Amino acid sequence: MMYGVSQLGYLVASALFIFALHWMNTPKTARKGVYAGGAGTAIAILVTWAEPSVVHHVWIVLAIVAGFAVGIPLSRVPLTAVPQRTALSHAFGGAAAGLVGTAEYYLRFAEGPAFLTPFRMVALIAEIILGYLTLTGSLMAAGKLQEVKWVPQRPVTYPFQNVINLLLFGITLALAAAIALHPTAAYAPILFAVVIALALLFGVLLIIPIGGADMPTVIAILNSYAGLSAVAMGFVLDNKLLITAGALDGSSGLILAIIMCKAMNRSFTNVLFGAFGQVQQVKAGGEERVYKSETPEGAAQALEQASFVVIIPGYGMAVAQAQHKVRELYDQLKKRGITVKFAIHPVAGRMPGHMNVLLAEADIPYTDLVEMDEINPDMPQCDVALVVGANDVVNPAARTDKTSPIYGMPIIDADKARSVFAIKRSKNPGFAGIDNELYFSDRTWMLFGDAKNVIGELVKQLAGSGMH
Amino acid sequence: MDYWPTIYVFVLASFIGLGVIRRVSRLLHTPLMSLTNAISAIAVVGAILVAGVDYPLRIRVLGVIALFASTTNIVSGFLITDRMLKMFKTDSKHEGQPS
Repeated sequence: MMYGVSQLGYLVASALFIFALHWMNTPKTARKGVYAGGAGTAIAILVTWAEPSVVHHVWIVLAIVAGFAVGIPLSRVPLTAVPQRTALSHAFGGAAAGLVGTAEYYLRFAEGPAFLTPFRMVALIAEIILGYLTLTGSLMAAGKLQEVKWVPQRPVTYPFQNVINLLLFGITLALAAAIALHPTAAYAPILFAVVIALALLFGVLLIIPIGGADMPTVIAILNSYAGLSAVAMGFVLDNKLLITAGALDGSSGLILAIIMCKAMNRSFTNVLFGAFGQVQQVKAGGEERVYKSETPEGAAQALEQASFVVIIPGYGMAVAQAQHKVRELYDQLKKRGITVKFAIHPVAGRMPGHMNVLLAEADIPYTDLVEMDEINPDMPQCDVALVVGANDVVNPAARTDKTSPIYGMPIIDADKARSVFAIKRSKNPGFAGIDNELYFSDRTWMLFGDAKNVIGELVKQLAGSGMH
Repeated sequence: MDYWPTIYVFVLASFIGLGVIRRVSRLLHTPLMSLTNAISAIAVVGAILVAGVDYPLRIRVLGVIALFASTTNIVSGFLITDRMLKMFKTDSKHEGQPS
């Protein structure tokens, strides 16, 4: 009887999860998706908790209360910190899967070795490797995104890095195979602990050679790993809800990672093992080139005379928290009957969809947020392209310079606009460590300074001239 | 144990996942990620079974930590997804004050 009830509960929860993701296909129904997902999770918790074998209720209540105590503040972080929060939650998900897998193994080893069939052992080991690797990998990613002092921002590389990683992974798999073949051998629990340690180490090694510009892809891949570790847990516990939910999460991470890779014209392996984003050596014989600077007054005048303005936001907008000032600028321009669109590159920012969320926060209607592929044909008609803290995603070297590391990456064609104003914090190259051709074009003027201040100045100019 | 049914479920669920996720609006990729994160915290089921059943103490401690981690993900994941989705509006001027 109880079995039927809990299975029915799990089935309903699985269906709710699928609906939750289905409703995410448009912002209109998306919030319904959150409620469906929440309901599914609540049902799953209740039917599991109601199992007669579950007797330590105080422990469960304490853990859940602690989870709420940490979870609620984590849901209130500023939106610019969302990439870090997401990475951190992947770490928590990985930890949960790893710990449950560890508990299952040591428990069955002591009390019910018959449970440890070869199939379950393979799943169990996959669960702990993915879980613990996701834990440390995501912590490293979160540290990089939060710019924690002792986590290196730039990619860390050393000789034979990939060989060492591969060797380490090989050793881990060999040990894993030894455990799977003889799960009840006297040495197996020790090997199991060694595999855990190696997985933890591997997570760190996997992330240190990865630069900031690749974070959107890496976060998506870690998302996928966290999902797959839940699938593996489902195989161990023979629980179809875990398998379904984990598979949904795994495929979501995979699709996002593929979209990110395509948007950078790079392969998975290149992202993971390419150590992209080291500062390149300055090309020999390169002549000294000069930027043309412009004052906010001049830029404001150009904006006023435009009839079609495209704003191209990048990570710099997030860093400067400039989205609200951007909104004021948007309002000023709209008031004058100027068409304003935002061109969103899939990898702008530090996670998929990062720019959309920031601009939505600033109350900019999502109907004015346009994807790269849709805005590019309109770029030649654009009077002013305003680049706000974006760099690599508007670098024309991606189209023309075969030696450039970003060659082949689809970009927003800012250089085709009639004029370009680029707001940039400093004269340093972007996260990919490459000089940007766009800034030296004769149609480009630079506005150096913090994005928030510069746009604030533009707004002031426009508001002032509107008074006359 | 007959493990084939579970493998079936995995393969079919992956196809559903690929089909459904591909249709998700690109605008919503950040909320999508926090939502799938909250959903995959369904590992909470495994954590409850380890933390709550009368197993040796050291085993249950692992379960309690896992339960804490999953609950954190569930709570923060769903709340922040909803918080972000609330912000997506077609044209704020024609709507009421943002809630």
